[in-house]
Amino acid sequence: MILISCPDCGARDETEFHYGGQAHVPYPEDPSTLSDEEWGRYLFYRENTKGIFAERWVHSSGCRKWFNVLRDTVTYRIAAVYRNGEPRPTLDGDSQ
Amino acid sequence: MADLLPEHPDFLWRNPEPKSSYDVVIIGGGGHGLATAYYLAKNHGITNVAVLERGWLAGGNMARNTTIIRSNYLWDESAAIYEHSLKQWEVLPDELDYDFLFSQRGVLNLAHTLQDVRDSVRRCEANRLNGVDAEWLDADQVKEVCPIINTSDDIRYPVLGATYQPRAGIAKHDHVAWAFARKADELGVDLIQDCEVTGIVKDGNRVVGVQTSRGTISAGKVALCAAGHSSVLAEMAGFDLPIQSHPLQALVSELHQPVHPTVVMSNHVHVYVSQAHKGELVMGAGVDAYNGYGQRGGFHVIEEQMAAAVELFPIFARAHLLRTWGGIVDVTPDASPVVSKTPIDQLYVNCGWGTGGFKGTPGAGWTMAHTIAHDEPHEYNAPFALERFSTGALIDEHGAAAVAH
Ligand SMILES: Cc1cc2nc3c(=O)[nH]c(=O)nc-3n(C[C@H](O)[C@H](O)[C@H](O)COP(=O)(O)OP(=O)(O)OC[C@H]3O[C@@H](n4cnc5c(N)ncnc54)[C@H](O)[C@@H]3O)c2cc1C
Ligand SMILES: [Zn+2]
Repeated sequence: MILISCPDCGARDETEFHYGGQAHVPYPEDPSTLSDEEWGRYLFYRENTKGIFAERWVHSSGCRKWFNVLRDTVTYRIAAVYRNGEPRPTLDGDSQ
Repeated sequence: MADLLPEHPDFLWRNPEPKSSYDVVIIGGGGHGLATAYYLAKNHGITNVAVLERGWLAGGNMARNTTIIRSNYLWDESAAIYEHSLKQWEVLPDELDYDFLFSQRGVLNLAHTLQDVRDSVRRCEANRLNGVDAEWLDADQVKEVCPIINTSDDIRYPVLGATYQPRAGIAKHDHVAWAFARKADELGVDLIQDCEVTGIVKDGNRVVGVQTSRGTISAGKVALCAAGHSSVLAEMAGFDLPIQSHPLQALVSELHQPVHPTVVMSNHVHVYVSQAHKGELVMGAGVDAYNGYGQRGGFHVIEEQMAAAVELFPIFARAHLLRTWGGIVDVTPDASPVVSKTPIDQLYVNCGWGTGGFKGTPGAGWTMAHTIAHDEPHEYNAPFALERFSTGALIDEHGAAAVAH
């Protein structure tokens, strides 16, 4: 079980949360102009990063707010937690 | 029971040095890569083939799964490929000359709610129309097939009935891998372990080889059979897959006398249970929620599946947990696999079998070999192409697959 620090409630067990997959996936600005391929990509394709991954969690049994987490998908270690709407934080050692 | 186990075999394949070039390079030495190599050689006469495995053969999901084999999926496309697979399971012990303990002890998929009952009856009817053996059993009939199940009506989710596929069963997964490996090796395939693919070499839009931890190997065609790592390899090749990799865990109890005669699965209370030939109770459930490449997951998932198992099988209450482990499963949006050509010429992909690809091992190998040999899909895998994620022709098997398979 991983320990997740909700930005509002602090550190709680993973079982209090639900997972939301990849973060920062915007809804297409003008869906009706998308081709079938582009719409299919929006619906069905998400990054499947091995390493640091920006992902969404919701504190379902707590404040019920969504927020974002940078987590290593190999070690499962959480590197950063940040609020919805905030940009992805830069980590030490990030290449960008 | 223990005396039924075969002797530990001698070395079953050569361990050759990689050659500088092959007609076909298969990435991933799990069940699917090995079966693909075997059927390339046997069905298509293509033997200048290497299987490259970064660890050891079957060290991925192949020898971590709970070995359930069945073909009772809902849609026609699934029935065709899974039933073809089951028919191969029925002949493979002879064909591969290897008794890998394929035991057709049947599978019960339990229904606990009225909606479960309706969906299950519908699935039975669909199965029968597709020539897949399936029966609907009421709670008393369930108890006849599996006397240790609690069918009383005073539990939280009483058993209202089950679908029953008598030809379903289990097999010894590591032996299945060795059986395919030995035959593929005999037919001339090079099985190369400790050889990690680190890059895909292209000439324009055409694949021409792979970079590996043991040097560059050129290839006429390349097949990805990397299960949980499929996205990583696709990225090396320059295309994307609609796959998310998740941890999937399983567990075994200590050894017991035979008490459990069949395989029982419950989507609703989230557990499935069989008893291995040696006597361990083998259990699994659903994936851990988050993406993960760590081959391990959270203990709460194990705890929940054991709670469900004890509710269904009160006599397991004092069985001890011996061991838990995890694999990395490659999950698609429609819980159906991808066996397909790719946007790169002469590069093929078999993945997305997620929690249920052990049963599909022969079918995946058969159709993948055909696709590689002809540069065209076999009729059984044509519906499982990547294009379905833009045409919308999904093959939604969440109902038949939900707990994991
Ligand atoms: C706990 C668990 C229970 C399961 N239970 C069932 C079940 O009851 N019934 C069922 O039908 N299915 C089940 N499955 C699913 C089934 O195990 C998989 O769908 C199936 O094994 C996948 O095909 P494979 O055997 O080829 O995969 P794997 O054995 O995972 O093979 C992929 C191989 O690719 C190798 N590889 C990855 N990257 C590289 C690289 N860069 N270079 C070289 N090699 C590489 C890996 O090391 C690995 O050996 C279960 C899975 C798990 C984890
Ligand atoms: Zn909170």
